[in-house]
This record gives sequence, C-alpha cells and structure tokens, in this order.
Amino acid sequence: MIAVLQQLVDGLGRGSAYALLALGLGLIFGVMHLVNFAHGEPVTVAAYSVYAAAMFGAPWWALAVVAVVAAVLTSLAIEFAGFRRLRAADDFTLLLTSFGIAVLVRAGFSMWVSTTPRQFHRPAWIFDTVRAGPLALEIYDLVVIAVTALTLVGTWLLLQKTMFGLALRAAAEDFDAARLMGARANRLIAGAFALAGLLAGIAAVLILMRRGQAEPDMGLDILLPGLLAAIIGGLGRLEGAVLGGLALGVAQSAFRAWILPNSLSRLTEAAVFGLIALLFIFRPEGILSARRAERV
Amino acid sequence: MLRVAGVTARYGNITALRGVDLHVSEGELVCLIGPNGAGKTTLMSAVTGLLPVTAGRVLFEGEDVTRDSPDALLRKGLALVPERRRIFADLTVEENLLMGGVTVAPAERRRRLKEMEELFPVLAEKRTLHAGYLSGGQAQQLAIARALMSEPRLVLMDEPSLGLAPALVEVVFQLIQDLKKRGTTLLIVEQNAKKALAVADRAYMLRTGEIVDEASGQDLDRWADLFEAYVGG
Repeated sequence: MIAVLQQLVDGLGRGSAYALLALGLGLIFGVMHLVNFAHGEPVTVAAYSVYAAAMFGAPWWALAVVAVVAAVLTSLAIEFAGFRRLRAADDFTLLLTSFGIAVLVRAGFSMWVSTTPRQFHRPAWIFDTVRAGPLALEIYDLVVIAVTALTLVGTWLLLQKTMFGLALRAAAEDFDAARLMGARANRLIAGAFALAGLLAGIAAVLILMRRGQAEPDMGLDILLPGLLAAIIGGLGRLEGAVLGGLALGVAQSAFRAWILPNSLSRLTEAAVFGLIALLFIFRPEGILSARRAERV
Repeated sequence: MLRVAGVTARYGNITALRGVDLHVSEGELVCLIGPNGAGKTTLMSAVTGLLPVTAGRVLFEGEDVTRDSPDALLRKGLALVPERRRIFADLTVEENLLMGGVTVAPAERRRRLKEMEELFPVLAEKRTLHAGYLSGGQAQQLAIARALMSEPRLVLMDEPSLGLAPALVEVVFQLIQDLKKRGTTLLIVEQNAKKALAVADRAYMLRTGEIVDEASGQDLDRWADLFEAYVGG
C-alpha cells in the first residue's frame, strides 16, 4: 500500500508536466485543427532564458518568472510569425510548418549557443524529502503536484467562467460559427497560443527545476510525451489531455517500479509505448472520445 | 440596407455564383428561393465573409463590406443564422446565447439573455442543458435567439425550416413574422418556398448561380402556385 502511494505520487509528479503540455496542445488543436509540433519550443526558449538569467545570479523564484514569460512570448511569436499568414492553409501544411518551426529553433540554439547542454543551478531543496508517516515524499513531487493542481483549477475557471474561455470552447467546436457570433479569429487564436504558452511555461519550470540544464533538442523530447498524452486522452478533449498526461506518468512509474525487472528498466519507454499501441487498437478515439451527440 | 452587386464566388473549382445582383431595403423581408445546388448557401457565405468574393461588391448600409470578416460584419449589425443551425452542441443553451452576445458589454449581455429567455420559454426551461440534446425545433429557436443576442439590424437565415416537423415549421415562420414586426430586416433562404413566399415582401429566384427572376406583391402568390404545381410546395 505504502509502495503504491509512493509510486502514485512519483507518477503524478512525472505526469503533471505531460498534462500541462497536452492541455496546451489540445487548446491549439481546438481552435486551429493543428497538432502543434512546435509546442515544445516554448520550453526550450524558457530553458535558455533561465540559463541566461541564472548567470546573473537570479534566485529561483525569479527564474520561474523568466521561464513563464519566455514561454508565453515564444508561443505568441510562433503563432504570429508562423501561423498567422497560414489561416487558410490546409491541416497538413500547418503540421509541416509547426515541425519546421521546431527544427529551426533547435538549429538556432545549436548554431548560436552550443550543441552541448548548458547547466544552471537547481533550487536548494530539490532533492530533499519529507516524511509523512511511513511515506518518504520528495518535496519536488509535492511542489509539482500542488502547482499543477492550482494551474488546472485556474485554467478550468478561465475556460468555464470567462467570456474568453466560452469563446475558446465555442471556437473549438465550430470556428466559423464562433466568428459569425462576432468572435475575432486572430484574437482567439493568439489567446489560445498565449494560454498554451503559459501552461508550457509552468511545465518548463517544473521540468527545469529538476533538470538544471538547457539543450537545443529538449523541446521535441519533452513534446513527445505531451503529444502522446493528448492523443491518449482524445485530441481536443481538454479533460482527456489532463487524464492522459497523468495516466502516462503513472504508467511510466509503475512500469519502472514493478512490472519490469531492474535489468530491463531501460525498456520502460518501449513498454509504455506498447501499452499505448494496445490502447489505440481497442480505443482508437482515445480515452474520452470527441464524438458528440448530434440531432437533426 | 444590403446591396449585392455582380457578386461572383467559387466553391473549390466550381463557380458557384455568377454576377448575382440583389438588394434588401430597411424593414423588408426578402426571400431567396431556388433548387438544390443553386448557390443559395454559397451566397449567404459570400455575403457574410465566410467565403471570399472573387468579383463584384457587397454593400451594407452604403459601406463596402466585400472584404469584411464575419465578425466585422456582425459588429456592423449583420447576423447569419447558418444552414443546419450550427449551434454549439457541447455548450449549454445559456452558453450558446451568451456566445451570441460575445460582442456586447457584460451587463447588456445579461439583459438580452433575459429578454431571449422570455421570448423563448423553451430555452429558458433548458438553460443548463447541453445544446446537443435539444430537438430540431428547439435547436432552431436557439440558433435564431443566439443570432438576436447581438441585436442585428439585418438577419440572414439559411434554411430555417430545414428538417423540422410541420408544426415546428409554423413556429419558426411565426417567429420570423414577429421579428419583422419588431423592425428587423430579413433575408431568408428557403426550400419551403410556399411558406416563405407567403410571408415575404419580395423574392428572388436563384438558379445555377444566377438570379433568374424577381417578384413582389401579387407575383409572389403566382410563384407560390407555380411551386405548388411543380414541386408540391
């Protein structure tokens, strides 16, 4: 029982960043029908911004702010420079463009900074644990879970209780109908990218606290589990994206801890991918399907 | 109020509209009829900016709005109740209405929501229901109410009676007449030509992307009889 709880906390901690990225992917998919392969790049830019700010000796709370601001600005810049002129383009063109942006950002950091990772300091408490009865919990996991929970509640309130959120949900269902109601297309899409960037920025803080380094290709690396999470949950279903992210994290923890023997722990990723393949065989539309009731 | 002058538009590779001319004056109820595939919905899309106009001009209250986006046109007072209603099935009835008032200040939006719920008791009753669960007639009422939330001066309606049971068709046409009485200008596309002609001030007939005839006054009755003879109403 204790071990289960321990792994659950570990898995939720791991899955939190996936969930936040998946949620952002889902928001962008909703308004643009785009699977945004560039959605990891706000994390990359956030990492290098943190690296730069850390050189000036900024404390971690300031680095967190830097990361979030950098991610939001990057996401908005990607929308403005990459997608604004492609409003009328087909889905495949958008997909290729997003991939191109991801490759460009990676190449940029490789050429102008370095191909080798750049280190920065981690928060002092990052590897500390607290004992709660028989449980030994990492402070890091608790921080991650708390921050994610707050972020998700905030996002939920924004989507459910504000006019902007209502317009986003309406646009996700029928973009043209939302425009016919008077919603401004550019603002809606920029808003979705800003919100997705904010979520990516928070995910970046959670990831960077532990990693303590910036690398050119970290965006695509980090994006992959987020993308999987979004697809597992059913693309475009925002609750699904969150569930998918957490499920993926817990599955990884469980595989590592119990299912695979120690000598095979390197195969965790492969095993999890196998599980996902099985999921798609039996439920190709994801955990929560996007199908909705339709009556004439 | 609305003038469509020589409008040509393409739908994919097909030229769906060829030099369409029509106008709607303030307070009028104008009806556009024609067979399937004549380009009626394409015309609605072209006027509201959903589909680019390749030649010709669209004027709204004297202003050239040919290149305006749908949201810009809505802000100027032109709303479309689209074909197949396109209500937001995942949103509640009330959220659909609020979305219709997305351009309006919050207090005013609340006031109009109340007004719509008085005008459409069914919608008030189902306020918290997801709109996907509404029946066809209720969904059509919601689509119209949603468009009215922005208090448009000109409402375009694309096939408001499509797929409705006869009793509900009556309800919808009654509603259209009420709107006209309230001073709203209307341009309506209808398959149900006989019903539409009975309430219209003027009518245009669209065939293979062109306006082939226009009628008003007594001619409307003649058209209605003709339709009855040829297509059974």
